[in-house]
Amino acid sequence: MEQFLQQVINGISLGSIYALMALGYTMVYGIIKLINFAHGDVYMIGAYVGYFCMTNLRLGFFPSLLISMLVCAILGVAIEKIAYKPLRNATRIAVLITAIGVSLFIEYGTMYIASPNPRSYPRLTGFMAKSYQVGGLTFSAQQILIIIITVVLMILLQLIVKKTRIGKAMRAVSLDRDAAQLMGISVDNTISFTFLLGSALAGAAGILVGIYYNSINPLMGMMPGLRAFVAAVFGGIGIIPGAMIGGYFIGLVEVMVSGYVNSMFRDAVVFAILIVILIVKPSGLLGKETREKV
Amino acid sequence: MGKNIQASSGNRKWISTAGKLLSLVLFFVVFQLLISFNVVNDYLFSTLVKIGINIILAVSLNLITGFTGQFSLGHAGFMSIGAYVCAIITLRYYSVWGFVCGLLAGAVCAAIVGILVGLPTLRLKGDYLAIATLGMAEIIKILFRNVLDKWTNGAAGLSGIPQFVSWPWLFVLTVGTVILVSNFINSSHGRSCISIREDEIAAESMGIGSTKYKVMAFVTGAFFAGIAGAMYSSYFFYIDPDLFGFQKSIDILVIVVLGGMGSISGSVIAAVVLELISMFLQAYPELKMVIYGALLVLIMLFRPQGIMGSRELSLSFLKKWTGRLGQKNGGAA
Repeated sequence: MEQFLQQVINGISLGSIYALMALGYTMVYGIIKLINFAHGDVYMIGAYVGYFCMTNLRLGFFPSLLISMLVCAILGVAIEKIAYKPLRNATRIAVLITAIGVSLFIEYGTMYIASPNPRSYPRLTGFMAKSYQVGGLTFSAQQILIIIITVVLMILLQLIVKKTRIGKAMRAVSLDRDAAQLMGISVDNTISFTFLLGSALAGAAGILVGIYYNSINPLMGMMPGLRAFVAAVFGGIGIIPGAMIGGYFIGLVEVMVSGYVNSMFRDAVVFAILIVILIVKPSGLLGKETREKV
Repeated sequence: MGKNIQASSGNRKWISTAGKLLSLVLFFVVFQLLISFNVVNDYLFSTLVKIGINIILAVSLNLITGFTGQFSLGHAGFMSIGAYVCAIITLRYYSVWGFVCGLLAGAVCAAIVGILVGLPTLRLKGDYLAIATLGMAEIIKILFRNVLDKWTNGAAGLSGIPQFVSWPWLFVLTVGTVILVSNFINSSHGRSCISIREDEIAAESMGIGSTKYKVMAFVTGAFFAGIAGAMYSSYFFYIDPDLFGFQKSIDILVIVVLGGMGSISGSVIAAVVLELISMFLQAYPELKMVIYGALLVLIMLFRPQGIMGSRELSLSFLKKWTGRLGQKNGGAA
């Protein structure tokens, strides 16, 4: 039982990271119906920026977190402006292939510049290196940090989406882009802002996974990106609370499969879940059925 | 008069078929001589094999993605099935017949998995299908690595696979695939597939069972991907599960997109061009992928239809020529 609870804690910490990434997937999909394959690579860049800030600039964790979120936000907007915006009226396959191209470009560009070798994050000091024992369970400070930061960011996101003007614009554009434009909403700016938010969250996820797993490499974004996408689909793509639930669910599944079955099977199980969901309820856990109109 | 036109069009068809056949035979003989006299050395021949395999993969993926409009990101999964089945059989039965059996068994197994995967997933649309096929290929990879490791030797991979792919094999299989797939596309089945790409709902309302044709294209594509995989394992001695990952599927997709979705000759041209580029960039594998990525984005931004669009390179100059002759004759009569 204790072992199980311990796994649950690990699963929630990992799930937080997936949830942060899944939010980016889900918002972008909700607004322009694109699976942003480059999202996992924005997360990787976040981890690298965090690494650079913490080792070369010797900044603390929190400034590094902010810088890495900022850099990723800029990167996300740049990707959107350069690669996706010219294709606003192209077929979805064309945009999807562009996304794959951007993803390859970032991955191997990083590999070319920063070498393919994995790097390890600096050893944490102070309160962050501690771990706490509660009734036989071990909470590491990193896990607590990850969970708290994730929750804070999610609350902030909800506030932005629900309470601000730009959040209202985002919801309007994802509901009906043409109607939103007719109402005087700047669709391009809204889409860019969506990328900004999603990429900033991915940057935060990147640096958090850096301090959690301690090792980063240029291809680290690929599989977590796909798992986070599965999480978004699980919760119902385009729905923000769905992405959060999906992220935690996938994190828990991954940890349970690694802990009780075999860590080699975790991706197989995640993809099997994806295929089952797509076949049984393609609109996801919180999604509504939509009928296709001719 | 009517008879005359029919005769001349029959004549033209005959000339074009004969011309195609002749150029193929010429191509075969020239390369055979080059190989015999060692002008094409082992290194160049291995490039040739890669080109041939990539042509088969790209043409078969083009059938699924370019002609039927079903976006698949799992083509490498089918390739791996062909590769493993053929490798396991030829390792047991070291003979040309073993290779032939392996080739066929690999392709058939890939096709069977194609049916199993295609039936449920092809109901999905667009990017959902892409992700589902991607997931399927990852699951196949994990199966080969962790579940079937009694036969596949797990992550270490199989090595010492007997080499049977020689120039005649390569030529026959590659050209055969191209001809079979283009004949399929020019048949009524192929036209049904194209109609599904153009508008699925309209095609359905015209009485075309979209699921049937989607699965048909998917299974045919899987079959030829299996053949390509079998050729790969039989030429390169060694296979492991990671050779057939997401990356490989993307490589194939790049060829199809660069060549033009819906153009067989485009796929062939792109397979040749890209293999030559990667031959020159051999020393810088990372740079190669950066260029790949940039290429994908640039093609989509500036020429989304690829090199050939959906047109085909044909011996049209011959046709025009014979056409003009026919017209002249007709005018004279």
